[in-house]
Amino acid sequence: MQTTVWFITLVGVALLAAVFYYVISNSQTPEDYSSVQQKWYRFRHKWFYFIAIFGIVVTLATLIPFPLPSQDAAYAGEDYQVVDVSGHQWYWTMSTDTVVTGKPVAFYVTGADVNHGFGVYDENLKLVAQVQAMPGYTNKLIHIFDQPGKYRILCLEYCGLAHHAMIAELKVEAAS
Amino acid sequence: MSATTLDTAVSKRVDYSEAENQAALVAVKAHLITGFLVFLLMMLAGAAMRAAQSNMMPVEAGLFYQILTLHGVGVVGTAGIASTGVLWYFLRQYVPLSTKIFWLNFGVFLAGVVIILGSIFIGKYGGGWTFLYPLPGISLGAWSTGAAAAFLLGLLIIGTGFLILYLDMGRAILSQYGNFGRALGLTQLFGKEPVNPYHPATVVAGTMVLIVNFIGIAVGAVVLVMMLVNLYNPEFKPDALLVKNLIYFFGHVFINATIYASVVAVYELLPRYTGRPYKTSKVFYAAWFAIVFMVMAVYPHHLFMDAPMPMWAMITAQVLSYGSGIPVLVVTGYGALMLVYRSGIQWNTASKLLILSMFGWAAGVIPAIIDAMVSVNRVLHNTLWVPGHFHFYLLLGLLPMIFGFTFYLLNGKKEGKTPLTEKLGFYSYLIGGLLLALTFLGSGAHSIPRRWAVHMEEWVPYAQWGTLAATLVVLGVLLFTIRVLTALPKAPEPSV
Ligand SMILES: [Cu+2]
Repeated sequence: MQTTVWFITLVGVALLAAVFYYVISNSQTPEDYSSVQQKWYRFRHKWFYFIAIFGIVVTLATLIPFPLPSQDAAYAGEDYQVVDVSGHQWYWTMSTDTVVTGKPVAFYVTGADVNHGFGVYDENLKLVAQVQAMPGYTNKLIHIFDQPGKYRILCLEYCGLAHHAMIAELKVEAAS
Repeated sequence: MSATTLDTAVSKRVDYSEAENQAALVAVKAHLITGFLVFLLMMLAGAAMRAAQSNMMPVEAGLFYQILTLHGVGVVGTAGIASTGVLWYFLRQYVPLSTKIFWLNFGVFLAGVVIILGSIFIGKYGGGWTFLYPLPGISLGAWSTGAAAAFLLGLLIIGTGFLILYLDMGRAILSQYGNFGRALGLTQLFGKEPVNPYHPATVVAGTMVLIVNFIGIAVGAVVLVMMLVNLYNPEFKPDALLVKNLIYFFGHVFINATIYASVVAVYELLPRYTGRPYKTSKVFYAAWFAIVFMVMAVYPHHLFMDAPMPMWAMITAQVLSYGSGIPVLVVTGYGALMLVYRSGIQWNTASKLLILSMFGWAAGVIPAIIDAMVSVNRVLHNTLWVPGHFHFYLLLGLLPMIFGFTFYLLNGKKEGKTPLTEKLGFYSYLIGGLLLALTFLGSGAHSIPRRWAVHMEEWVPYAQWGTLAATLVVLGVLLFTIRVLTALPKAPEPSV
């Protein structure tokens, strides 16, 4: 996901830079504005419809199904591994530090004092899932681990002077 | 402030005496010079943070977070005051604005700044500019309740100054146009009046900024008061999610309004450099009308990872975040490119910066709307991607609007050789700014969290690139600032 959006961004910025370069390198040979307007207003029309249709397609494709788990549902019992998480200044508490691959993990996350951010990082320090940890709320995050390994929990919401030191470990074992 | 030859024929101008115009020019220059000096300091602060993260400079964590707080609040506040200088300069040509109230806001702003500086450097407040409840009151001994209160109070005072200024702008716009709908061009958009292509874009933009920022700051005031009450009366416990909503609404509207205020420099000045008029149209009015709502409704894209947020709010935020890119990409940026294309434009520092601003704004929109997708936000939220997107359109979009306007005031429209300081400054700033934004975005794509005083070993190379980029930006702005300090105070009103 991260690699894809990074690539799309770079391409988008480069294309836009190319358009600006084209216009700037064509800025010094004066032409009558009305002919420029005629041609490029017509093109603007098409450009608008392109962006609109593109937007609708992307919106539908990324929102159906809705990418966040329902907060009303209870994720318990046999189907889920439940981990209760609480963020404190400046440490994490978790009801267990070991889960297994393949079976969804339901993290029930709250902030004990201030806002924190519960970020799950894999062994390569890649962020795989996150949710905010807010006082007064229990946020539910569902994640299925594919790879066993030593994951790290990093705090992703600024929470005071040792924010960067708020790191916990989560062991993910291969399902037997 | 003299009228432009391009559109005097059709749009009404306010008559001021020569003395009034001189006084106004001095006030605008004070806003801009303050802007340059504080931006430069804030960039030094930013560079220091990147240097600390790359282990090139020892900065103790507490101090880092104080600098972080200062950098965030300082840049947003300065963007507010400097963009107000740009908007006010042009708006007063169409509606009768009070120079006294303009100065009053400036004075109130400085008073607020002094209080905030005291809270950060004397009181050691380091709760972030976002002052998320209840962090300001729970520092585990790092700063006192008084320091947190001073910070909130400083913001409240600054907001009050802006509200007073907006009241004056509102009064002036109403005196000239009767109602905000007419000022926004809605009567033309909906066919109640014939389309007048010389209806000033500045009035449309100014009215939009006034409406959204008035509401934004009023909401800010409410949440600041709630938190102040909580600091001294802990029995009063507001809901953390509600407070977060209010803070992000306020912050998002305020910083966005700075761009919508500054863009009038592009509308007003590009025609002077290209010899082509920027005419308003139904498409233009529709775009700005839509932006009024979108700017206020998109902020929940900061709260996608707050799972209890209602689903409709998240969906609306994603859809409107995308939608709010359209007026930029289809109307303003596109229109600016059309003005430039085969126009025989005069290139100088001002016109270069104004075009850069269009690029930076439009390009910065790309990573912004990508991050505003719920499915992507899951892995980019609160990583350095976020500062990446806003540094993109603040450093390369907003500031070039303000800087471009300043160089217009400084050099006028005159042709001739561009001083070396301006040329070097421009390229240092451009390359540094681009590198800085891309380094942040790349860091975000590699999952590096934002607001971490100490970086893990794996992240240090990114921070080093960031330090290099920040140094180039600082160098560019330093050169600009030297030029501005030496030439702007005595620069005469540019003749059109
Ligand atoms: Cu934290």
